[in-house]
Amino acid sequence: MVEVTDVVCSLCGCVCDDIVLEVENNEIVKVKKGACSVGKAKLLGHERIKSPAIRENGELRECSYDEAIKKAAEILYKSRRSLLYGWSSTVCEAHKVGVELTEDLGAVMDNTASVCHGPSVLAINDVGLPSCTLGEVKNRADLIIYWGANPAQAHANHMKRYSYVSKGYWTEEGKKGKKMVVVDVRKTMTAKMADVFVQIKQGKDYQVFSALRAILRGHEDVVPDEVGGVPKEQLLEVANMVKESKFVMTFFGMGVTHTGARHNNIVNAIQFTRAAHLHTKASIMPLRGHYNVAGINQVCTWETGFPFAIDMSRGYAWYNPGEQSATDLLYRGDCDAAMIIASDPGAHFPGESLKHLAKIPVIQIDPYANPTTEFADVVIPAAVSGIEAEGNVYRMDNVPIRLRKILDTDYLPDEEILQRILTEIRAMREKEGE
Amino acid sequence: MADELLIRNGVVYDPINGVKGEKKDICIRDGKVVDSVTNPKVIDAEGRVVMPGGVDIHSHIAGGKVNAGRIMRPEDERKGVEPKTKVCRAQSGYSVPNTFATGYRYARMGYTFVMEAAMPPLAARHTHEEMVDIPILDNAAMPLIDNNWMTMEYVKSGDTDLLAAYIAWMMKATKGYAVKVVNPGGTEAWGWGKNCNLNDTVPYFDVTPAEIIKGLAEANEKFEMPHSIHVHGNMLGHPGNYEMTKDTYDVVKGIKPYRDRPTMHATHTQFHSYGGTTWGNFESKADAIADYINENDHMSIDLGSVILGDTTTMTADGPMEYSLYQITGRKWTNHDVELETGTGITPFLYSGKVSVHTIQWAIGQELALLVKDPWKVALTTDHPNAGPFIGYPIIISHLMSKKRRDESAEAMHKAIFDRAALPSIDREYDLNEIAIITRGMTAKTLGLHEHGKGHLGVGADADVAIYDMSPEERDAGKIQKAFLNTKYTIKGGQIVVKDGEVVATPPGRTIFVTPECDDKLTDEMLVTLKDKFAKYYSVTFNNYPVQDAYLPNPYEIKAPWRSS
Ligand code: SF4
Ligand SMILES: [Zn+2]
Repeated sequence: MVEVTDVVCSLCGCVCDDIVLEVENNEIVKVKKGACSVGKAKLLGHERIKSPAIRENGELRECSYDEAIKKAAEILYKSRRSLLYGWSSTVCEAHKVGVELTEDLGAVMDNTASVCHGPSVLAINDVGLPSCTLGEVKNRADLIIYWGANPAQAHANHMKRYSYVSKGYWTEEGKKGKKMVVVDVRKTMTAKMADVFVQIKQGKDYQVFSALRAILRGHEDVVPDEVGGVPKEQLLEVANMVKESKFVMTFFGMGVTHTGARHNNIVNAIQFTRAAHLHTKASIMPLRGHYNVAGINQVCTWETGFPFAIDMSRGYAWYNPGEQSATDLLYRGDCDAAMIIASDPGAHFPGESLKHLAKIPVIQIDPYANPTTEFADVVIPAAVSGIEAEGNVYRMDNVPIRLRKILDTDYLPDEEILQRILTEIRAMREKEGE
Repeated sequence: MADELLIRNGVVYDPINGVKGEKKDICIRDGKVVDSVTNPKVIDAEGRVVMPGGVDIHSHIAGGKVNAGRIMRPEDERKGVEPKTKVCRAQSGYSVPNTFATGYRYARMGYTFVMEAAMPPLAARHTHEEMVDIPILDNAAMPLIDNNWMTMEYVKSGDTDLLAAYIAWMMKATKGYAVKVVNPGGTEAWGWGKNCNLNDTVPYFDVTPAEIIKGLAEANEKFEMPHSIHVHGNMLGHPGNYEMTKDTYDVVKGIKPYRDRPTMHATHTQFHSYGGTTWGNFESKADAIADYINENDHMSIDLGSVILGDTTTMTADGPMEYSLYQITGRKWTNHDVELETGTGITPFLYSGKVSVHTIQWAIGQELALLVKDPWKVALTTDHPNAGPFIGYPIIISHLMSKKRRDESAEAMHKAIFDRAALPSIDREYDLNEIAIITRGMTAKTLGLHEHGKGHLGVGADADVAIYDMSPEERDAGKIQKAFLNTKYTIKGGQIVVKDGEVVATPPGRTIFVTPECDDKLTDEMLVTLKDKFAKYYSVTFNNYPVQDAYLPNPYEIKAPWRSS
């Protein structure tokens, strides 16, 4: 039995990096410290895709890596416009090969941000993002706002490690010295812990941000008695808490990115932060879901200039989310093959988009089976990043952390699978050119 | 068979070796400059200007800040798109180009080394990930070690040796090159929305920025560090800041450098040479700063010269970017980094119709022209802060041509005639001086001349730029054109640019410095540092240092402890 420390969890955007494990005979036998229950479950392992496979007559037939990779390369090589989608649950080293592959094929590359924090990215495109690292929040923040987010369930360690419950340099008393405001449509587990729970009407986030901005900018008189289901009194109370705080941090989640004014909600959330900054130190951060969704946005941006929904068919990067984003592309039937890596559109895409995905050849690269496996034509199992493969990831605050390799495996890491597909495609092109 | 190249009959400018425009052959074997070759491939450089590969001392090309600039500015990315070619990856961006474009465009200007100017230590992995993706250029990065709590605590207690031990650890942990200082104390204060002047007390830390600068300079000289501390002082960009700038220079006067180099490099000095009390009576004080540099030998500067047009400003100086954003009301990104530093980004348009911008534009060039010894001056635009690096040839053509300057001034705001000195300066740079401020001085100031950069002596890296111009060329337009796209750029003996086109994209190396510190001192320092990690950092001590995997092509420079 060996104890392994400083293990990094590859599940959610918190990227907890102080996990302690016990490893015996190339198996994780115990999670001693650091991980929440879902993180623990991932580390202890569950059902894997056993073997590479190719669909024949409706059934998946097991095959070798070589055969599956060759088949995948053939599909992509023949395709006139393919979609390479997913990427949020793998490492940046794989992302880089992904961009190269996209460029080589003149394909479209999109990542899961497209269906989660895409609106947040659009808002950042529009106005920028006043933010900070999570350690800043831990050491300084005396007022925490969770807006349309329920970290108690979705990011279980978030409050403990970085925000309301954590202790830092100027916050050594932990939550005793802090206040928490939760804004949501229903009283979530997180809301139950809050000092102030602001219950707003579904889809009214934009209006409530506007009201708070108005108050913070000294125009309290224009705010009506009730906004989005929130009494003016409570808005004044929250604005007052902001004014009196030394450091206010707003975290927002999918409750606000996908309702009402969507990306404009986030623009307004950022404007609210700018207004708060006139009185105190104010920052804001999206609560990113997958452990490396921030990373795929980073890699795509430094390699192509743009964070997601990138069309390389012109030979250079073309960015027009809403047109080139995966669900829209599929909805229009505008691609003839897809490679899905480290994600599950089968469970998350709208039905109309899935209809087209089910029609075209689909390659799946993933350690685990999921609804996408049900219709994938080539299935390539991968090593689990953070357990069986190392690599770089970006935490939700864009702090880069290296995942560790804990166990040996025969499964290939994503990076290598992609590199081999790319090499195959180039060989095919060369042969054809002869 | 050895890989040989002969550059024949070029007119060579190699200031480090005292070669000022001599007709000379350059022999290359296996990536290095040699005495003679036997069976080389020959490049005919007859009548053309030949220089060592350019060395940029200060440019923001990689890392979290640069990428946040890209994410915030899809409109800038769209501006610079170029399709992939057989050798080149797809390009995007103008003021914040993607990593590939950064490598290609620098190489086309004849540059072969670029120093990333500001690496937040906690995000050092990010900087390295991007640097690996910048083709052709050798690179290095300077970690920010000035607003760090450890630094401030040691400065306060006066433990210079322990501060040196911390610097050594940070340099190794980040795979960094030199100590970078950005608004010392002010960026920490910005954690609370505040800022600091040179002699203010940093909130909660009971030290002043001046003390931080002095402490870091002293600690830096405990080692044989190739570069001095590299300083972006307090109150950048504020009218009337030139007095504080001179006071900042005074702080390190009298500290003995380990070798023949300055004790402080003051960066983007244009932003620190402002007179007046408001934007209304804003004026150039480049003359006062130049006088100081002329009278003192412990300083070097780079220009931070303005390129007119739209750009993306970015610095670890969070409060400065905030005030800029408040002026313009444009996009604004901020990213404070726990226990260490910050980041601010906002777009900015320098317009020749605006008095302040016109004066800023003049100041950068005035500094170059008023400082007598070009070995004290480096050409930069603080890319992309005063403008993108792609504008260097514009500055070169202005420095070399009084006529060009007069034509430009004529078209700009008339404030240039009464609140700046540029129109009254007659000096013109010659090609030798241009070679000094773009490679000789920069390589020497960074200590890279001892590692094959910035010159063409035997044993140097075979990094060569051949410009398609005659040394007699006086036409500013032609000069500018020649410096934008080389006839040839050779990197490590390989032709990477030919006739202005990138023809090969070998990976660059990352150069880093390892200061050597005694174990006892390190252990003592680590007790304090590990406590910081246990209580205040959001990552663990063991997950913090940059792993070797991030530097596939490393080049290490050891910096021994100086026995006093
Ligand atoms: S909070 Fe997220 S990163 Fe942390 S252990 Fe749980 S799942 Fe893993
Ligand atoms: Zn700079």
